[in-house]
Amino acid sequence: MYIDPHIHMVSRTTDDYARMAAAGCVAVTEPAFWAGFDRSSAAGFQDYFRQLTDSEPRRAAAYGIAHHAWICINPKEAEDHGFAREVMSMIPAFLSRPNVLGVGEIGLNRNSKTELAVFEEHLEIAAQHNSLVLIHTPHLEDKLKGTRLILDAIAAHGKINPARILVDHVEEHTVRMVLDRGMWAGMTLYPDTKCTAARAIDIMEMHGTERIWINSAGDWGHSDPLAVPKAVVSMRARGHTAADIHKISFDNPRAFLSQSGNFSVNAPRPTIS
Amino acid sequence: MTTPTGKPPLDRKTLIDLGFIEARAKVLDVAAFLDRLDRAPATNVTTDFRVDAIRAALEIALDASPARAERILNSWSDPSTQPIAHADGKAARGAHLPR
Repeated sequence: MYIDPHIHMVSRTTDDYARMAAAGCVAVTEPAFWAGFDRSSAAGFQDYFRQLTDSEPRRAAAYGIAHHAWICINPKEAEDHGFAREVMSMIPAFLSRPNVLGVGEIGLNRNSKTELAVFEEHLEIAAQHNSLVLIHTPHLEDKLKGTRLILDAIAAHGKINPARILVDHVEEHTVRMVLDRGMWAGMTLYPDTKCTAARAIDIMEMHGTERIWINSAGDWGHSDPLAVPKAVVSMRARGHTAADIHKISFDNPRAFLSQSGNFSVNAPRPTIS
Repeated sequence: MTTPTGKPPLDRKTLIDLGFIEARAKVLDVAAFLDRLDRAPATNVTTDFRVDAIRAALEIALDASPARAERILNSWSDPSTQPIAHADGKAARGAHLPR
């Protein structure tokens, strides 16, 4: 039994739901993200948010998987500040949907001034609605600088309890600074550009299993929706105990996510539409 | 594992047995990648900052100090500290441009 706390199921097939259920997945959480192209209007986000909060939970429930969502405009589409504000104005209405856990995945992509301003405005929305926050840290050479900018912006904002913030996509050079600020850290298991399972297990051995989770971030790109159960197999091979494996793949995500009253590992009864 | 020691549960010999073939394959892939670049037709570009980054990382991988993965990631990271004026495209490159 496991939770994949970061996966983009709108980009995955129904067969993936079936395979994840067979591997023991009982719950997923899906942050709003970039579709691989820029939406041409804010109305495109309105439909996307409806998909995350209406149709996707029903698709997951057919396989006994509880589906939850995070709402935001992702940093890759945040360079146009006016457009981003138009989308952000839609967020509060969706935060009250029954499967929504909070604001995410917000953060930075190329570490621009506008991305940072939009990130700070997202933090304020989360503070005003007492929402959990899921944060995307930048890719590759931008990650270290971006993570520092994000942590400094959170500290300067100062209105959100760090224990209600998860900073995702940490690697060896960023995990410690996140944990030291009292936030949760997510390790994304990607074939090439983030953590492999082997490295994620190394990080757990070096930094412990408190306030840390693993996820697949499976999406439309090179990724694996079964990355979490495969990492569980690797942890067993590396000699880790069943208790530690259960903690990292189930207990920890449940503990963080349960800070939202909307989180449950029990999928609603499937409905045929 | 709530109090991390940094020590894996398995001993060194067992970890070698478990991971050697995979590591061997990855080393060969890097060597073959560099060979491929040498065999490719020359252009007016004599070097590439990304390949230079890999060569620098290999030196870190071979030194005797700990935290090699962390130090390699740091060496590939943008060392600047201020946000940029505008995003220059959506995709990162994998290593920072030399200044």
